[in-house]
Formats: sequence, C-alpha cells, structure tokens
Amino acid sequence: MGGRSIAAGSMKLKGMVKHAIGSGRSVTYMPRPGDGAPRGVTLIPGDGIGPLVTRAVEQVMEAMHAPVYFERYEVHGDMKRVPEEVLESIRKNKVCLKGGLKTPVGGGVSSLNVQLRKELDLYASLVNCFNLPGLPTRHHNVDIVVIRENTEGEYSGLEHEVVPGVVESLKVMTKFCSERIAKYAFEYAYLNNRKTVTAVHKANIMKLADGLFLESCRQVATKYPSIRYNEIIVDNCCMQLVSKPERFDVMVTGNSLRFSFPPQNNDMNNVTPNLYGNLVANTAAGIAGGTGVMPGGNVGGDHAVFEQGASAGNVGNEKLVEQKEANPVALLLSSAMMLRHLRFPSFADRLETAVKRVISEGKYMTKDLGGVSTTQEVVHAVIANLD
Amino acid sequence: AVNGMIKYEEVVIDNCCMMFVKNPALFDVLVMPNLYGDNISDLCAGLVGAATLVRGIALAEAVYGSAPDIAGKNMGFECLFHEKFGKSNCFTAEWCSMLRHLNLHDKADLIQNAILNTIAEGKYQTADLGGKAKTIEFTNAIIDHL
Repeated sequence: MGGRSIAAGSMKLKGMVKHAIGSGRSVTYMPRPGDGAPRGVTLIPGDGIGPLVTRAVEQVMEAMHAPVYFERYEVHGDMKRVPEEVLESIRKNKVCLKGGLKTPVGGGVSSLNVQLRKELDLYASLVNCFNLPGLPTRHHNVDIVVIRENTEGEYSGLEHEVVPGVVESLKVMTKFCSERIAKYAFEYAYLNNRKTVTAVHKANIMKLADGLFLESCRQVATKYPSIRYNEIIVDNCCMQLVSKPERFDVMVTGNSLRFSFPPQNNDMNNVTPNLYGNLVANTAAGIAGGTGVMPGGNVGGDHAVFEQGASAGNVGNEKLVEQKEANPVALLLSSAMMLRHLRFPSFADRLETAVKRVISEGKYMTKDLGGVSTTQEVVHAVIANLD
Repeated sequence: AVNGMIKYEEVVIDNCCMMFVKNPALFDVLVMPNLYGDNISDLCAGLVGAATLVRGIALAEAVYGSAPDIAGKNMGFECLFHEKFGKSNCFTAEWCSMLRHLNLHDKADLIQNAILNTIAEGKYQTADLGGKAKTIEFTNAIIDHL
C-alpha cells in the first residue's frame, strides 16, 4: 500500500511539473466537417543540416499523428533552378517546409532560396525572436517579430560590371511592394494583438528608395489608429537592439533590415526592407538565444513556405552534420507555426509545449545551446514530452 | 612585410551579426563596405555600452552621427553635442585621437585618464551610460580630474 501510494504520488508530482508549462486548455476550437482530412505539405530537406532537422519534424509529426503528410523533393543549392515539379507541388499543396539551400558565395549564381521566394511571390518573411524559459540570455522579455519584404530591395539581383574594377548594384524599391509589406505588418500586428509597428530604414542616405518605403508605411499606419507606429534608422536600430531589445515589438523592413521598437513596450513588430530585415532578424535571433531556436516563415498571397527563422550561417557547418548535432528546435517551432497556418491549433500547441518543456528542463540541448545532445536525442525528448 | 602572419576570413553579413551578439570575442579586425560598416559599428557601440564610448578615426569625427531626432535641443560643444543625452564622451575621446595624431601624446594621455577616471568613479554619468548628469556636469567632472 505504501509503495503504491508513493508511486502514485510521484506520478502526480511528475504530472504537475509536466503541466507547469503550457497545457492549459483554452476554449475548444470548432472545426468545419472535413477539416481533419490530412493536408499535403511539400518537404524540401535541402543541404547541410537541412535533412537532419526536417527528419526531426517528420518524426515528431508522426508521433503526434498530426493530419499532415509530406511529399519530399530533393533540391540542392548547386542546381541552376528550383525544379518545376517542386514548384508545381508547392502550388498544389499551398504549404511547404524546407531546410536551407546552400548558396554559393559570389560566382554569379543566384540563390535558390531567393529564387523560390520570387517564383511563388512570397513577399513577406517573418521571424519571431523571443526568450525561451531555460535559455538564459543577456536580455529578458525579448519578443520581437521581424517582417521583412522578401522580393526586392538589395536582393533584386541586378548587378553588372560597368568597367573592369567598377561594379554597380541596383537596389529597386517599388510603391507596390512597400505598400503590401506594410499592410501585412499592420495586419499581423492587429491579428496578434501587438502594440507597435516600427519601420526600419536608412532614408537619411537613401532618400528616394527608403523614403518611398516610409511613405507607404505611413499611409498604411493611418488605417490602424490603435497601433502605434514609429520609425528608426537602421544603424541606431542595431545599437538599440543589442542594448534594449525589450523595447521592440513588430518591425517592418524592406529587404535589409527590420527594426522597430515601441518605447516601454515589450512586444514589437518591425517592418523592414529586405537587406536590413536580414541583418535585423539575425541580430535579434542572436540576442534571444541563437538561430538554432527561432522560428520563421515566408508567406505570399497564395502560398507559404516555413523554414528556420534566421540563417544558420548559410546551412550550418559540416561538423554539425557529421556528428548529427544540429539543433532541430527552430524548425520544430516553425512547423508549429505551419500547423497553425493549416488551422490545426491544438497540434501546434502540443508541439510548442513539448519543445518548450525540453528547453526549460535543460537536459537535452544541442551544442549551440550549451549542451551535448545530438539531434536525435532532442527529438526523442520532445516526443516523450508530448501530451 | 608580414604576409602569412595575419589570418584572413570571410563571413556573410547576416551570420556575422548573429555571431557578434553571441560572442564578439570571435572577431578582431573587421573590414566591410559602407552600409554594413555603418550598422556593425553601431552594433558594436551598443555592445560596449554606448555610442559615446566608441572612438572612430574618421578625421576625429564623433561616431554616432548626427542624431537628427534630438538635434537643436541645447547644443553642447560643437553641433555634434546634445545636452539632453550628453554625448560628450565620444567627442572628447576624439580630441585625444587628434592630439596623438599631432604628437601631443602627454596631453592626450592626460585627457584620456581623466575621462576613464570620471567614468570609473561613477558619480557623474550621462543618460546613455545610465546616469543623470548633463553634458556640462560631466565635462566639469572631467576637468576636475585633470
């Protein structure tokens, strides 16, 4: 009798600890009949650590019996173009999950990641950088969403050599693209109860290009009077980001940088042009715990592609791949974002809760978070922590 | 010539930003084009504490730019100063660089030590260093330390 009650007591304690994180049931989600039918998702394992981390997602989805099935396609960074059959598959499924595609530095070959975004017109890239309990960083209360214009700006890919030794690179900014990214940022803020949108720019130098971007942001801001809007120059943004990141909420940027911060508010949305967005997102990711844990996605009018939030230094280094120690957390959280996008909120919640529990326990963490586990060990821990 | 004794590496700018905030000790000297340099130098400044503590050698120009949002509110030394935020530190440090350039090393050392002692004492610190002193108070403290 004593033994059984002790066992029961310790099970109860374990249950209590387990339920300390997440797992409070909210009001039930009421689906339409047929919503539970399995959805197809195009899966691109990619290069480097890609195959490892996408495999991790597949395993966890299977363990949850999530209503998704994956159609896997091999795409590698050294291909000239993304194969047409892959694009067809994404157009059919509307959703894709991918690992990174290795981009050769220089050499005039355009990045396949960028190509994919342009083909499918995934004009908004989103990275959510936030502190995870169990992963102490220098700053607390970081919760930044960087929304970056994904198709133009410095990433237009238009370069030419004027004369030997002189290269011209074109940064193209259009009202059309600036407006739609600003609209997406404010809509995101509105739908996710965010208080501030900040536009990151360098309009003091690039008066016409970034000036156009800012004008579009200001126009859209007038349609959302309850959301605070401000602007910040990108270099100052970098500095504020490393000293007071808790001031930022949603940031919108053209392709380069995304920063924005609301004073005295913990969540921020930033909207940025393309290149700034890239830098800001990576900086924010580094601040909040590293690229191994930040989720993200790219979305357009018709399709969505989910991948790790911030780049893993192109595709991570070979040692990580050999020793199978890549961090699957970022892609697991991105796949949770994907599940919400597909309207499977309780699967998304379960996945996120399990991942957060594993991080908070601290027992199974990969090298980039200060641990010694392999990818597979982290995956097993996540599966074990699923409700 | 010391070829072969300096290690050369290349890093993609987004990865660099991330590595910087996680472990700045990884880097020694960085060279990069204009826009990236603008951002990374301000990022470094944020990491060490404030733009005012970072010295740039661009003809002894203060590093933090012109801060157009607070311009015109109580000018300090030159038009680069803003009493509200008291960025006097950077500028005085620039004077040191300039003095060294003119071979007035002992004077430069004098000023530099005065600045370091004032900051170490902690009694007069401007807003960007976490204190409440105005430019003029901070400057007077430096003068006292000379």
